[in-house]
Amino acid sequence: MYLLNRKQRHVVNYTWMIISLLLVAFLPFLLFIGLYFKSVLLLHDYSLFDLIFSKSWKPASGQFGFYPFIVGSVWVTLVSMLISAPICLLTAIYVTQYTRKNFLRIMHPAIDILAGIPSVVYGLWGILVIVPFISRYLGPWLDVKTMGYSILAASFVLSIMIIPFILNILIEIFKAIPMELKEAALSLGATQWQTIKHVLLKKALPGIIAAFGFGLARAFGETMAVLMVVGNVVKLPKSLFDPGYTLPALIANNYGEMLSIPKYDSALMFAALLLLAVSLFFNLVMHFFIVRYNKF
Amino acid sequence: MDDKSKIEIRDLNVFAGKTQILKNINIDIPKNKITVILGPSGCGKTTLLKCLNRLTDLYPELKVSGQIMIDGNNILAAKEDIYKLRQQMGLLSQRPYPLPMTIYNNISYALKLRGIKNRRETHKLVMHYLEQANLWDEIKNRLREPASRLSIGQQQRLCLARGLAVNPEIILADEPTSALDPISSQFIEETFVRLKTDYTIVLVTHVLRQAKRIADNVVFMYLGDVIEQGSAEEVFGNPKMEKTRFYLSGTFN
Amino acid sequence: MTRGQKIEEKFFKALMILATYFILAILAIIIYSIFEKGLRSISWEMLTQVPQGGYYYGKGGGILNAILGSLALAAGATLLAFIIGLPVALYINVFLIRHKKVINVIRFLLDLVWGIPSIVYGAFGFSLMIFFGLQTSLLAGILTVTLFVLPIMIRSMDEILRTVPIGLQEAAYSLGSNKSEIAFKVFTRQSISGIITAVLLSFGRAIGDAAAVLFTAGYTDHMPNGLLEPVATLPLSIFFQLSSPVPEVQNRAYASALVLTLIILIVSLFSRGLGKRYHKTKINF
Ligand SMILES: Nc1ncnc2c1ncn2[C@@H]1O[C@H](COP(=O)(O)OP(=O)(O)O)[C@@H](O)[C@H]1O
Ligand SMILES: [Mg+2]
Repeated sequence: MYLLNRKQRHVVNYTWMIISLLLVAFLPFLLFIGLYFKSVLLLHDYSLFDLIFSKSWKPASGQFGFYPFIVGSVWVTLVSMLISAPICLLTAIYVTQYTRKNFLRIMHPAIDILAGIPSVVYGLWGILVIVPFISRYLGPWLDVKTMGYSILAASFVLSIMIIPFILNILIEIFKAIPMELKEAALSLGATQWQTIKHVLLKKALPGIIAAFGFGLARAFGETMAVLMVVGNVVKLPKSLFDPGYTLPALIANNYGEMLSIPKYDSALMFAALLLLAVSLFFNLVMHFFIVRYNKF
Repeated sequence: MDDKSKIEIRDLNVFAGKTQILKNINIDIPKNKITVILGPSGCGKTTLLKCLNRLTDLYPELKVSGQIMIDGNNILAAKEDIYKLRQQMGLLSQRPYPLPMTIYNNISYALKLRGIKNRRETHKLVMHYLEQANLWDEIKNRLREPASRLSIGQQQRLCLARGLAVNPEIILADEPTSALDPISSQFIEETFVRLKTDYTIVLVTHVLRQAKRIADNVVFMYLGDVIEQGSAEEVFGNPKMEKTRFYLSGTFN
Repeated sequence: MTRGQKIEEKFFKALMILATYFILAILAIIIYSIFEKGLRSISWEMLTQVPQGGYYYGKGGGILNAILGSLALAAGATLLAFIIGLPVALYINVFLIRHKKVINVIRFLLDLVWGIPSIVYGAFGFSLMIFFGLQTSLLAGILTVTLFVLPIMIRSMDEILRTVPIGLQEAAYSLGSNKSEIAFKVFTRQSISGIITAVLLSFGRAIGDAAAVLFTAGYTDHMPNGLLEPVATLPLSIFFQLSSPVPEVQNRAYASALVLTLIILIVSLFSRGLGKRYHKTKINF
């Protein structure tokens, strides 16, 4: 019935496991090395400092200044965090401390659906709803000229996209706080809100910071949705209503031409390398942050 | 009714859905005595303690009915100021749960909730309660460290000090020594004996010898029922009910 | 409670309720606008035909090529990720079970990889393709997306497998099974519903992603035609149709978005029916 005997099957299974494991374990390094070797051409001719801080982006004449893209990415990421962080924190407290368990049964599927909606669909929704809202209502109301495609639009769409991600972590964190700690605070005569404010938030603080850090890393690398609503103009944005450009959008928009201009492919791979580095860095820091803090 | 009773529990029933956790409980807890609640695990001891300071409010699935009179007031009927009411009791749970703050602030937070804001008074009282809990000498130089760095035994005494700092009249302790080493357990026991001149102490324990050492009054529970209650000599020396005798002889649990 | 405290608590509670219902409302708005726009322009023709000449200027045709392309790509990537992922998850939970430190390092690496944006995978896949002189193709797309969903697949299976009771393992040992038999028989059978959930989750991720396939799978107006040919995918077809200046074509983008969203909703409905939720970050106090 079997092609191989038991012993042989064991060997096959085992080898298969080890090979797969090695592949997975070396994946981050593989990615890093692969991208590094593609971008080394660029790093050879330009200093890292120039690449990161030069404002001039003219690939055809050999000028590769990533500053506008980095600034755009940072803006979009920070503003989206500013929007989603408080919303997630408040919601996580509400659903874990103030509502009955049944409420989470509504909330969990809602979060899952939000998390499942593809990036492109978020982008489309942004074009459909957010961009017109900004150009027709918010802009005129605040008396600024805007096309709608802007840092703000991208930040808003992005903030919705990372809400399920951050919220999931925060809910887990609050659920993990032992009931007895709450009881201890309440038994001292604290009100529920005092318990949350003075005890639970303090207990959860490292977790909360980590959740925000993970969210930040996620937001920084998000591509399609941002690309679709951010405007894609290589210029330093002066306000939230200006269009901008982000690193992921740069890569995605120009993959078609990159082989026709010298070093352009290197430049785009360098952008990918930057994204990888930021993602690894944030996830790494947050991970050790949690591990360290849990010891106290 | 004994007019020296601090707490009188009357017809207390607790349901979780259809299952009844506490069945028609009637207990008198005398003032300035140590009342020990004994019983195999799962019989409802923790739930009974939670009823006493209304922590049952936290569990919407629990339905509590009956009366718990403290100094003649039915606390189960109280709508307002459950916070004040809880401050009449200091709670010590099975494992220590220090607040995520410094050692000092664990106590001063309790003081603040009690309304004491004055720095000097706070200092004095922090020291006072840590001494009462037999902890001061060990940690007087570490007051600004996170409380979680203390050993478990020290943490439990810190929790006791914290419980005392709300200036309660009653101490509720739920198997407070079950996670502790013998020395720390002894510390806690000695502290209880010393404190009973000022406080009414309700102690849940599963350590029979501990109960025999310090109990003035004993309540024996089984599967949500109070089987027997009375003075320690009566219950230990001459138990009336068969189940109590079984339990005391170590046949179950 | 003083008056001030009461007001403060009320204020924050109001904010919390606001935040919670904001999220639910946004979800409702998104779903509503996708369905409303999509249902208006979806047609039988769109679902059953490939783009005809001038499709992107408003001529006839449909997106069948993209629907099938996406299904093929996602199915291929999920299958491959499963073939690589299951043994890794099993290895962690059967062979390494006594080496907590090693397990932690592997889980940590997986979480790191999970966090890497899909565009980075896309760029990496692209640079590999150039290195090997390959064209954009279904296969290249599958390989890239496989890398991208691999950590999701492994970590969600891992979460399920780690709940298999030790007792079961020991019982199997005592019957004389060796480790890999335990892994592939006992563990897999015991966690089958969780494994299916992991597969569905990965499939949903794979089919929704655009950034990784942008470089590697290419795009074509023809039906998928073998592993080594370029293939159309739904996210990209939405993206391209939306970039058209012709309103009619944009409407088709909405319809395509509806199709994609429906596929993903159905998949997540299935996985929800099957098993427990998986949480990426576990924090213990
Ligand atoms: N919130 C609750 N919901 C449902 N059942 C509960 C709840 N709290 C306690 N119980 C049940 O009540 C019984 C008594 O629990 P407990 O009071 O903790 O017992 P003890 O402290 O004596 O060990 C147990 O069977 C327990 O499962
Ligand atoms: Mg108990």
